[in-house]
Amino acid sequence: MSEAALTPEDVRLADAGAGRDLFSKFDALIAERRALLDTGVRDPFSIVMDKVLSPTRAIIQGRETILLGTYNYMGMTFDPDVVAAGKQALDEFGSGTTGSRVLNGTYQGHKACEDALKDFYGTDHAIVFSTGYQANLGMISTLAGKGDYIILDADSHASIYDGCWLGNAEVVRFRHNSVEDLDKRLGRLPKEAGKLVVLEGVYSMLGDIAPLPEMVAVAKKHGAMILCDEAHGMGFFGPNGRGVYEELGCEKDIDFVVGTFSKSVGTVGGFCVSNHPKFEVLRLVCRPYVFTASLPPSVVATAAASIRKLMHAGEKRAHLWENSRRLHQGLRDLGFTLGTETAQSAIIALILPDQETTVGMWQALLEQGLYVNMARPPATPAGMYLLRCSLCAEHSSEQVGQILAMFAAAGRAIGVID
Amino acid sequence: MTTRTETFGKVADLIEPFNKKGIVLAEASTFAGDLEWDSLTVMDFVAAVEDEFDIIITMNMQAEIETVGQLVDAVEKLKA
Repeated sequence: MSEAALTPEDVRLADAGAGRDLFSKFDALIAERRALLDTGVRDPFSIVMDKVLSPTRAIIQGRETILLGTYNYMGMTFDPDVVAAGKQALDEFGSGTTGSRVLNGTYQGHKACEDALKDFYGTDHAIVFSTGYQANLGMISTLAGKGDYIILDADSHASIYDGCWLGNAEVVRFRHNSVEDLDKRLGRLPKEAGKLVVLEGVYSMLGDIAPLPEMVAVAKKHGAMILCDEAHGMGFFGPNGRGVYEELGCEKDIDFVVGTFSKSVGTVGGFCVSNHPKFEVLRLVCRPYVFTASLPPSVVATAAASIRKLMHAGEKRAHLWENSRRLHQGLRDLGFTLGTETAQSAIIALILPDQETTVGMWQALLEQGLYVNMARPPATPAGMYLLRCSLCAEHSSEQVGQILAMFAAAGRAIGVID
Repeated sequence: MTTRTETFGKVADLIEPFNKKGIVLAEASTFAGDLEWDSLTVMDFVAAVEDEFDIIITMNMQAEIETVGQLVDAVEKLKA
């Protein structure tokens, strides 16, 4: 959709006396969606899970469906110890805190959760936010102030961009995963200015990972601090499951690691861990931390239990990697175009030519009992239409076989593969 | 030829690969309206301009630039 379609001249007033309807700016999107749904396809953005049977299976419209688009990488959502911890906290501390972390909203469980994070990451400090989105919003907007520079990858997640808009820093983009582009841009900035380079371990649209050692070296050369978002890397990259930065040996050079509880940890919430000596002051100055209610006691209890179990999840990690590599190879062998040459993470993205084919393929898979994510511009890089699969350590080898058979059938029915 | 005229010429050359509609460029031509660029095209184009002139056009500045003329003025200022 071109931005030109949204100029005020296009807006038709319902009647001459009324003011402009503020929703008129969405007319082009509403029309595009209506045209798509009129072709008879189901809406990929309004799926309802009627029942959830396990980390990998749910009932959608009466049909048992394999879940292959949940980011539930380590399958912790139904872990008996995790669920028990949540129930106990619900009984002992009630359903919610009704308060900010800096007022009445810090319970013993919030501290225990931050202690679990410090143990998991081996850092001096950990701060828990109410969502992963808020963790990026809070960290980025607070760290980089007026006169400072944020240098971010063009394919950064929306929460990173929004963290930039919330703050007052100058924002500079570099081409996705280009070390040379980052180096050039850092070299053009004033030497004395504060600089925060924002990277992600795994980029979630295509499932590719960042060349962190090279990027970290360039950032350090120019005196920048580094924040790395490991939302899609926590749990199964590196010897301790800390993320891509651990796997690639950058632990000493990353100043701030941001993460989420809504993927491998299996609940909701966000965090940042760091060894910076002044880190604790963030609790007073970070608005997305201060001006919102803290997580419910049951949520931080499930998070803490899950994080401690993820420290010793070597076998699950190995099985997740085995699943990811097998699905990637299998889809390649079938003739699909994928976002990466090899399986770089637990996200496998199929690149499809247009919206119609993508939605058709998505629906054909759902009708066979397979749920994957659909992604479209502007969330995707370079205007791509994607079907994205995220694997789970709890997917059985048999399920991966079933998944490949369903992709083969759907791909042939829609005409994407021979 | 003044440096501003030179800069306009260079900017126009950089616009050409992205000028899918083949519009005739003027000072008042707009990126969103006349050229119908989306945010991805803007990203590629801005990177090309930055590298050509060895400057940084921050996203904060980009938000204020709507026309070719405004971009040329910004480049002139940043080069100085």
